[in-house]
Amino acid sequence: MANMQQNKTPMKEQLPNIRNTNWDEVACGYTAEEAMHEASRCLGCKNPACVKGCPVSVKIPEFLSEVAKGNFENAYRIIRSTNALPAISGRVCPQESQCEGKCVRGIKGEPVAIGRLERFCADYMMQKQQKASEPAQNGEGKIKVAVVGSGPAGLSCAGDLVTRGYHVTVFEALHKAGGVLVYGIPEFRLPKTIVENEIRTLEAMGVEIMTDMVIGRVLSVDELFDMGYEAVFIGSGAGLPRFMGIEGENANGVYSANEFLTRINLMKAYREEYVTPIRKGRSVAVVGGGNVAMDAARSAKRLGAEHVYVIYRRGEAEMPARREEIHHAKEEGIEFLFLTNPTKIGVDEKGNAESIRCVKMSLGEPDASGRRSPVAVEGSDFDLAIDTVIIAVGTAPNPLIRMTTPGLETDRRGCFVTSDGNTTTREGVFAGGDAVTGAATVILAMGAGRDAAKKIDEFIKSK
Amino acid sequence: MITIIKKERLADKVTRLVLDAPLIAKKAKAGQFVILRPNERAERIPLTVADYNRETGDLSVIYQTVGRTTAELDLLGVGDMILNVAGPLGKASDLEGIKRAAVVGGGLGCAIAYPQAKALFELGAKVDMIAGFRTKELVILEDEMKACSNLTLVTDDGSYGTKGLVTDALKEKILAGAAYDTVIAIGPPVMMKYVSLLTKEFGIRTIVSMNPIMIDGTGMCGGCRLTVDGKTKFACVDGPDFDGHLVDFDELMRRNAAYRSEEQEEMRHFHECNLLKGNG
Repeated sequence: MANMQQNKTPMKEQLPNIRNTNWDEVACGYTAEEAMHEASRCLGCKNPACVKGCPVSVKIPEFLSEVAKGNFENAYRIIRSTNALPAISGRVCPQESQCEGKCVRGIKGEPVAIGRLERFCADYMMQKQQKASEPAQNGEGKIKVAVVGSGPAGLSCAGDLVTRGYHVTVFEALHKAGGVLVYGIPEFRLPKTIVENEIRTLEAMGVEIMTDMVIGRVLSVDELFDMGYEAVFIGSGAGLPRFMGIEGENANGVYSANEFLTRINLMKAYREEYVTPIRKGRSVAVVGGGNVAMDAARSAKRLGAEHVYVIYRRGEAEMPARREEIHHAKEEGIEFLFLTNPTKIGVDEKGNAESIRCVKMSLGEPDASGRRSPVAVEGSDFDLAIDTVIIAVGTAPNPLIRMTTPGLETDRRGCFVTSDGNTTTREGVFAGGDAVTGAATVILAMGAGRDAAKKIDEFIKSK
Repeated sequence: MITIIKKERLADKVTRLVLDAPLIAKKAKAGQFVILRPNERAERIPLTVADYNRETGDLSVIYQTVGRTTAELDLLGVGDMILNVAGPLGKASDLEGIKRAAVVGGGLGCAIAYPQAKALFELGAKVDMIAGFRTKELVILEDEMKACSNLTLVTDDGSYGTKGLVTDALKEKILAGAAYDTVIAIGPPVMMKYVSLLTKEFGIRTIVSMNPIMIDGTGMCGGCRLTVDGKTKFACVDGPDFDGHLVDFDELMRRNAAYRSEEQEEMRHFHECNLLKGNG
């Protein structure tokens, strides 16, 4: 008999006014008892809607049933069979619009806390130090496949290819593997030891990772084929920051969210022993309404800002960020200015940002995307005194590989053109994740990496 | 990890490192740069490729010890490893079709100007180099520059070469009838600004090389952005070379000063730490 408790078993969190002064993880995770109790809320549907909501089709009722019985290791193996990075997806997936959004328990009450339980299983295994990974495989004599980019798409593709028996080399442009998981998502939401652990698991399975390898510059895609790689997967993400094109945007103190978060997460600017400088603003404006904007705002608060404003041109209901991130940000004292759009950044005589001019917006008719498009309210301009501005209005794919690979077509947004989501216009070259779709989520990129691995396998076998 | 195979002091605080970096040396072209991180806690800093040898795999970079990361780099010697070196990055200089050029270098900028002059010389162009330094002790690469160009050396205080600024020397040459089709100017932003203003008067195409604050060098952070012809460009992927007549130098100079106080603070820490080590 299922546990018919209506609400999710609560998960311990650091108190808002304590956590907004430190970088430790906000959510503390379930205990074994809490996990078993929560997992027993699953009804074990014969035709589980939750699995259809999952981009990597995690066998959710199966793993939950093992958790409920206390067989955490079995549960982990079930998750791991379709998901290369469970400790990460359990933390950063937008479960409310995927698995949990489809859970029947959510019709009357709250859905089963699938994300928290996925995280629990991964953390449990990590603590046991018994990774449920296959033993390291000798790469000799195997068919070689190159993976460009070590973010969620690349890592998930590499994990699947190694399992399928290929020799996989991942080429990463930065000095550390993980892509957006290490340069973008902050420590308090995704501890870097978790990412390192997941990557070590892949390395133990035989994935080879090379850092400082900017494909398109150090080596071209054509050279990878010359080196004996029979297929190339491009998971180079969407790392090129967009700016708004407003006056004052190049003033000192105006960051792209990418730069601000990279200085903090990859370059550890918040830690004394690291050299990286960062502006510790007293009054910070973050422009945008996605997860990246939430990450930037909460990081600015942790650097000691008195006021952090999130400026978003639509309303709260339209915000693309995960609900939990908005909720956490509010608890931590982030101030939201909805239906507000910046028009100009005021600059002092030394070139520093000192104010941001905004205009109030109202929502008009739905546009092509189905979202109601914001319209400026005339005469509603106002100035906000700030010393730092962080622009988080989206990113586009990096053009480096497109520019240096003949025959590889992209659309007008710079995304790779594919026939089936993965197969590009160059034979043997596959792509997936944000490089194909434009900026999206970690789990969609992981799903795309898996799909691509399957197609690469088919391509090589058909040769 | 990349090994240092040669280290040579060129002037006070100015050093040339030769690195064993075959993958980079194979690809590098004049105008490109590498991003280098000496150790785990250091910053990623861009350094222009000063020279390369495709056969031996040697790659030279020249740095000036100005901030904490270059100071830490300077602690390394022959046989030591640099934790990360990525490159070559940026677009190579477009030197195609240049027949008669003036290459103007200011201070450490000569380390970047010299490979350009050398590349032009090898392409068969006639090259005048104008190299400016504050004072005699800071002069670098004199023999190298002489070998590939007709060199005019100027110093601010007249302690070596001719007393004056590079703009004076350039103007003199133009007025004396040197028919340059291109001027390449590399040095402090203020120097590039005045060279560009001068050549604009004479209608001579001018290329400048940017060296702004940067993190990744691949187009990811936008920290190196500058305004060129009213549009925002990224020095790391759109440059580092730009049309000197279109660059907003004043904005560039403001942006380069963004972390000056933090840098001074880090240097103070660095010196204190080393003093403590010395006494301990």
